[in-house]
Amino acid sequence: MTPETFETPNLMLALPEIWMLGMACLILVVDLFSSDRDHTLAYWLSQATLLGAIVITVQTQWGLDVTTFTENYVADSAGVVLKVAVLLLTFLAFAYSREYLRERGMLRGEFYLLTLFATLGMLVTISAHSLLVLYLGVELMSLSLYALVAMRRNSPAASEAAMKYFVLGALASGMLLYGMSMLYGATGTLEITAIAEAAAEESRLLLVFGLVFTVVGVAFKFGAVPFHMWVPDVYQGAPTVVTLFIATASKVAAVGLFIRLLSEALGPLHGEWQHMVLLLAVASLLVGNTVALVQSNIKRMLAYSTFNHIGFIFLGFLVGTPEAYGAAMFYAVTYAFTVAAAFGVIMLLSRQGFEAENLDDFKGLNERSPLFALVMLILMVSLTGIPGTVGFYAKWLVLKSVVEAGFIWLAVVAVIGAVVGAFYYLRVVRLCYFEKPEGEGPQPVGSGGFQTVLAVNGLAVLLLGIFPGALVAVCMAAFG
Amino acid sequence: MLESSWPLLSVLIWLPILGGALIFLLGDDKAAYARLIALLVSGLTFVLSLGLIIGFEPGTAAMQFVEKRPWVEILGVNYYLGVDGISMPLVVLSTFSTLLVVVAAGTQIQYRPALYLACFLLMEGIMVGVFSALDAILFYVFWEAILVPMFLLIGIWGGAERIYATIKFFLYTFVGSVLMLVALIYLQFQAQSFDILEMYGLGLPLATQIWLFVAFLLAFAIKVPMWPVHTWLPDAHVQAPTGGSVILAAILLKIGGYGFVRFALPIVPEASMELDWLMITLSLIAVVYIGFVAMMQQDMKKLIAYSSIAHMGFVTLGFFIIFEIVVRTGGDGALLALGGGMVQMISHGFISAAMFLCVGVLYDRMHTRMIGDYGGVAHRMPVFAGLFVLFAMANAGLPGTSGFVGEFMVILAAFQANFWYAFLAGLTLILGAAYTLWMVKRVAYGEVANDKVAALEDVDTREKIVLGALAVAVLWLGLWPAPLINIMEPSLAHLLEVVADGL
Repeated sequence: MTPETFETPNLMLALPEIWMLGMACLILVVDLFSSDRDHTLAYWLSQATLLGAIVITVQTQWGLDVTTFTENYVADSAGVVLKVAVLLLTFLAFAYSREYLRERGMLRGEFYLLTLFATLGMLVTISAHSLLVLYLGVELMSLSLYALVAMRRNSPAASEAAMKYFVLGALASGMLLYGMSMLYGATGTLEITAIAEAAAEESRLLLVFGLVFTVVGVAFKFGAVPFHMWVPDVYQGAPTVVTLFIATASKVAAVGLFIRLLSEALGPLHGEWQHMVLLLAVASLLVGNTVALVQSNIKRMLAYSTFNHIGFIFLGFLVGTPEAYGAAMFYAVTYAFTVAAAFGVIMLLSRQGFEAENLDDFKGLNERSPLFALVMLILMVSLTGIPGTVGFYAKWLVLKSVVEAGFIWLAVVAVIGAVVGAFYYLRVVRLCYFEKPEGEGPQPVGSGGFQTVLAVNGLAVLLLGIFPGALVAVCMAAFG
Repeated sequence: MLESSWPLLSVLIWLPILGGALIFLLGDDKAAYARLIALLVSGLTFVLSLGLIIGFEPGTAAMQFVEKRPWVEILGVNYYLGVDGISMPLVVLSTFSTLLVVVAAGTQIQYRPALYLACFLLMEGIMVGVFSALDAILFYVFWEAILVPMFLLIGIWGGAERIYATIKFFLYTFVGSVLMLVALIYLQFQAQSFDILEMYGLGLPLATQIWLFVAFLLAFAIKVPMWPVHTWLPDAHVQAPTGGSVILAAILLKIGGYGFVRFALPIVPEASMELDWLMITLSLIAVVYIGFVAMMQQDMKKLIAYSSIAHMGFVTLGFFIIFEIVVRTGGDGALLALGGGMVQMISHGFISAAMFLCVGVLYDRMHTRMIGDYGGVAHRMPVFAGLFVLFAMANAGLPGTSGFVGEFMVILAAFQANFWYAFLAGLTLILGAAYTLWMVKRVAYGEVANDKVAALEDVDTREKIVLGALAVAVLWLGLWPAPLINIMEPSLAHLLEVVADGL
């Protein structure tokens, strides 16, 4: 990066991030001078920002594969899919959150700002093309998330969750940074393509050492077993809307982190990290499921069941073919949207001073609201992986690449995990349909808009399950 | 391949599914409309399915009424439908059974009737889909999707232990099918196509075939169900509402048998031959041992559930003795065995549906399924008793009823394989008669047992129509099975050729 080689960056390529940053600053100022207790303007501006960012991302980056900012930033199709997913998930989080936040006195401008900055961090992570930018994105995301978890200051559970999240997250970041420094030491460069070239040639000992730390850092961010201990506490303690955001958008961003760091930069070391990811995947499939069986809190149950899905995503990664990355991405994206709707239903049933987070709160939901019982049925069936819903295609695509790579025993382990998963997902269906509530049971509350978006989200899981072709094609096209 | 001029199979799949969605949207407030629409939709579907029989070209093994268009193009999954002589009768059986169930439901179901009927219509479409799918993934989609409405049916409208029963049902079948999914993915990788017919004759090595066979076996044996993975069935049957039991016995079990002829035999013939001793043993255990178990049951539904397992043992026996027959005699008895298995599936569809409906008739009046609570029902319900006895005779395999034809064909073929197979299978004629007729005797005959029985009223018009239609079917298939056998024969002969080529 000597002055001779300095080029004027192509700012147009990075327009999504620039737009997000600009609008976030604008919302900060606007909200500062607004006296509206409901922060209506901030809400609508945020939603407009997200939708605008989606349009801009697709318009400026789809179909490209170019770098700018002296090769620190990359715009490619895989990034577009992940970014659009992150932006849409943030949109859903905002749409589901208003009543929930208002009733808990959390409806403040900071919520929107922090979430937008976290989203910006995710976008930066996804488009990073050097280790520093990658780290920058991850930290912007993580720091905003810590603050979001801690937003309910007077809730001991939330404070504890934030503390755990922060300490363990900082540890993970440290691991990641340590690994990155070793990669830099071994290759002499921070830029991803250059690392890949060097990794193909250099002596490997130091690289592999760095690789280990990198994998640990990434696994922490994903919450893969055995680096998962923070996940259940954070899911349970955080306000549900923040849980939704962490469980969905940040997972999609983590896919981006994995792809940039392990697939692109350390692709030549695939043989080395394949075994590590294999162990993580199998551990996630086994541990997550077994512990999810005994949970009575639905947020915790969803947290533990996440491990099962992370196991599936990692299965796609470890195969390492373009189809497998496409499959893993499809899995992550569809999983995120399914879980977003599940948290949406939890928020729908929650009201002031009451969190519908015990499984028993779902008893007899079919009596109270056939529509949202059906939505819950579709979501749980999709998470189980039953055909007719999108969850089946996600599992099938991953299994297909796993079988084609010759890991048939892994596919068998994975489907047995899915059967165990069926048990606890069915328990939710059972409660919704077969059981009578004790007393009244929580009623669905929330505005018509919220209910409509949630119903559409739920039915989309079904529709994508019947017509998955387009989304599959997009995910596959993203990896050429 | 015979293309159809208009998509009859698609109509048979989607008409009931959309009808079910409409009924769900109508909601329980308009239950009368829901019942009417359900009746119309299932009636129309049944009438349309008769078009399959009329338009069916006998004498060919080719797939008919074929529809093929890309579905998930990038992955090579096609929306590929078609029926041959093996699957067409099962499709018609599905539409027939659903119509009966909808008629029989009448106004009996008061709790959320719209959802109840919607579940049945949804299942009807899915069942037709299972039998007519020619793309492996499409087949798997329908095969698994059927679990969800059945899960709800047993869980919402079932008896006291319904939740245990329905979760057991779901998990059992789910375990079997996920392994089949892995097998199908592997086969796609080998055949480079999801077309089921292209998976035939791949010439895979024996060791691979055995693994694939084990995966298929788990999936289909649980569904059939074969001993020792049958234990979900009595629970599910006892707890399910009458309509659920009828569909479960008449159609869902057949999907397992159908899976063996469509997948296991032609795709992994060598492994099927290698492991036929296992299949024959399990089938004979089902026939004999489960026959004894049935005899000891106090609960009528449980008794019929066990008798279903025993009867389905004939189906699997018929399918897997073909290898020994081919080895011993060179072949002509093999067709008889396969045909016997198929006829037994159709016949058991009628008989088990009728038996469960009969128990339903009694249960609606007395709210008990225990044999001991009955006695002398014939004095109060003569018409019912007449029909009940007819179906019981059919269940016992009396000549002249449909139950006789399939079992006789299988036993006859079994003689060509091994005398002892035929002997053990023949025991069913004694056992079946023993458990069924003993139950009938205790329930229908003797003195009027108690005041409740004394207050019984005979079957009403609706019940007469339902049971009468089944009686006609049972007798027709028993007296004149030739049309059915003619439809099936070319396809079964072709199947035998495929199997023989693969050996």
